[in-house]
Amino acid sequence: MTTEKDIVLKHPKDPAALLDVIRDVQSRFGQVSDEAVGRIAAHLKLSEAEVRGAVTFYHFFSLSPRGASTVYLNDSITSRMAGRTAVAQAFEQEAGCRFGEVSADGTVGLFPTSCIGMNDQEPSAIVDGVVFTALTPDKARAIVRGLRAGTPARDQVASFGDGANQSDLVRAMVVNNIRRRGPVLFGAHESGAGLRKAVSMTPEKVIDEIKRASLLGRGGAGFPTGLKWEFCRREAADRRFVVCNADEGEPGTFKDRVILTELPALLFEGMAIAGYAIGAKTGVLYLRSEYAYLRAHLESVLAGMRRQGLLGKKAAGAAGFDFDIVVKSGAGAYICGEESALLESAEGKRGEPRDRPPFPVQTGYLNQPTTVNNVETLATAARIMAEGAAWFKALGTTQSAGTKLLSVSGDCSRPGVYEIEYGLPIADLLDMAGGAGAKAVQVGGPSGSCVAPAGFGRKIDFSDLATGGSVIVFGPDRDIFEVVSNFMEFFVDESCGWCVPCRAGNVLLKKKFEKVARGLGTASDLRDLEDWGRLVKSTSRCGLGQTSPNPILTTLKSFPELYAAKIRTGEEFVPEFNLEEAVQDGCAAAHREPECKESLDE
Amino acid sequence: MSEIRFTIDGKACLAERGQTIVEAAKANGVYIPVLCNYEALKPVGSCRICTVRVAGRYMASCTQPVTEGMAVENTAPDLEDMRKSLIEMLFVEGNHFCPSCEKSGNCELQALGYRYKMMVPRFPYLWPGRALLAGSPLLMLERNRCVQCLRCVRGITSKAGRKVFAAVERGPHVTIEIDPKLAAKLSEEEARRAMDICPVGAILRKEKGFALPIGQRKFDHTPIGSDIEKGTGR
Repeated sequence: MTTEKDIVLKHPKDPAALLDVIRDVQSRFGQVSDEAVGRIAAHLKLSEAEVRGAVTFYHFFSLSPRGASTVYLNDSITSRMAGRTAVAQAFEQEAGCRFGEVSADGTVGLFPTSCIGMNDQEPSAIVDGVVFTALTPDKARAIVRGLRAGTPARDQVASFGDGANQSDLVRAMVVNNIRRRGPVLFGAHESGAGLRKAVSMTPEKVIDEIKRASLLGRGGAGFPTGLKWEFCRREAADRRFVVCNADEGEPGTFKDRVILTELPALLFEGMAIAGYAIGAKTGVLYLRSEYAYLRAHLESVLAGMRRQGLLGKKAAGAAGFDFDIVVKSGAGAYICGEESALLESAEGKRGEPRDRPPFPVQTGYLNQPTTVNNVETLATAARIMAEGAAWFKALGTTQSAGTKLLSVSGDCSRPGVYEIEYGLPIADLLDMAGGAGAKAVQVGGPSGSCVAPAGFGRKIDFSDLATGGSVIVFGPDRDIFEVVSNFMEFFVDESCGWCVPCRAGNVLLKKKFEKVARGLGTASDLRDLEDWGRLVKSTSRCGLGQTSPNPILTTLKSFPELYAAKIRTGEEFVPEFNLEEAVQDGCAAAHREPECKESLDE
Repeated sequence: MSEIRFTIDGKACLAERGQTIVEAAKANGVYIPVLCNYEALKPVGSCRICTVRVAGRYMASCTQPVTEGMAVENTAPDLEDMRKSLIEMLFVEGNHFCPSCEKSGNCELQALGYRYKMMVPRFPYLWPGRALLAGSPLLMLERNRCVQCLRCVRGITSKAGRKVFAAVERGPHVTIEIDPKLAAKLSEEEARRAMDICPVGAILRKEKGFALPIGQRKFDHTPIGSDIEKGTGR
């Protein structure tokens, strides 16, 4: 029988292997026990406190047992809108434990998790690494019964989705839901054409071509890709790295899942082009743990590209250009989508962002110059090299060239991915997706903006509504306060806790917001929300805290009437603390009535 | 030597290349409040109390290098209020009862509270439940008072370079743990250094208390930062 010791010893004695060791132990034993912590620390020459620090940082690692089988049920707002509550109840009834617990017999553990990239087929869950989509209470019960009867999760997937989801290496029930194929990502592409063109030019010329195409980062921030590559190339160093950020964790984003499923060769080609441009030999694909079910598929595509000569020594036949790609796994942390946190995590540490400067292009992966690019950005770069900058610039708008892959979910009849040209008004997108009559559209996920119908003329591009790809539609009957509350909960859960405003500020914002939502707010509470929101945005260390107040701030702006209807007018202040309720709670706990009841009633 | 010219609130200052704003300000007799920043330790920008504004952008001055011509805003009323907010956040985020704390008078958080004339925090108290760790022979970790500044994490390592203190959990649940095995080997001197490196009363030497009486402590008579403003700071 494999022991913890066997697993630990097969890894190199290198602290960078920390997360890989933890992952192996967790997956084999459902926990990282005190004994395992000690063994790992001794093997990697770390302190036990450090090992515990890494285990407790990531959502899918745990010091305490998570059950022989573990259910991670998505807790995003879209999942809730699609019936998550009833599914969760069914899981709890059948398992005989609550979420956050393991059943008494130790067979099943139930845990909530942040968006797993299946927003177009909710409610969804990951059970022992296997994705289950479109869950119903009946299916939930059947899964638990099956696990108890000894049927592994992978054998409980009855039918597979479309495209590569059906392939032997994936075998997932996930569906792609590709609703609109645009000319860039879904245009006809001869595999390797972009890379071969690139290596026929000098690296500088490749960077020029990307700059001429005005390619801006597709993760949402919109930094010019060519410039990033140029900065990285200019740094004096022996080694440089291309890192692909495949950690799309923004709730409502799932477009990279589709690229990784259907267009991985295009993505890897883009990574090789970036590698050629900056002078790197190694590319790292940082794959979010939620997409681990795609890993074998991705490895097989990489192997195929090596056989074709597109990767490896003399990649694409270019003398002196050796380039290969390795896959690194995440372990459940939204913050690792932030590029410097991703690098920390890829180095085997807690995924805490770094201070900038220095920027990753100067001091990145293993402290070497590194360009970190989004999945879609790299795939797009490959298409630009194949078709030319002029072709690309002719698409989209003057300031936002090209197309964008959107993930549309929520109250619409055609959820899925849409490759649209930049400049598309929200109203047109709603028409395409069957989201007529929407009360609000969340563009860019929780960290983006909540747009009211008056703003449906606004456009999806970098000068108006920039987005990493998440678009969530809220129908006429949805409660915006429930949405905001879910989003704030998400940020509280996913803050890394490094800096004060994000760690404490989001908790305080959420509490204040909930006071207002409960009808205990006054005009002064709304002012506090704005002031505290500005404080957290201005003083936070990274993009998470700099955007986390947005659910509150953008709804205050878009839906002032909803807030006005919630607050009490004519009162300066309403306390959050309710004496009568507190007394009742106390009575219930003590099983007795207060002797001074009359005086309280006065 | 001094080769970069910049300004703080309009005052002409000189900095050496590579200096952070906090370091350069200190050298020019200007106090920028800090809490997580400590002497030679690598700055980590965790408390954000040193936030300044440059060209409309907010930045932590402990991690930001000075650049030529930089115009730093340090004491604008809205900035000072942001800092006060962050100090208040730290008070409500933990459980700080100054009168009973061994570090009172030597505590940098308390001193900042006084300097910023904090009366009642604008935020509701969060009253977290945080366990006290008393398992190591020389030290006690009173985490109710911890501000997660990571000074101990950065500054206290074993001879082999392993971290004696480490952050565990994440988000609002982040706390500092002390490695039981390494803590058992700490020397008297290392234990004292751990207590001194902590800006608050979270790391305490066991069995010894109030060696220096109240009234003779670091911030008992002059506010934090006075030494820098008088040009006597190190």
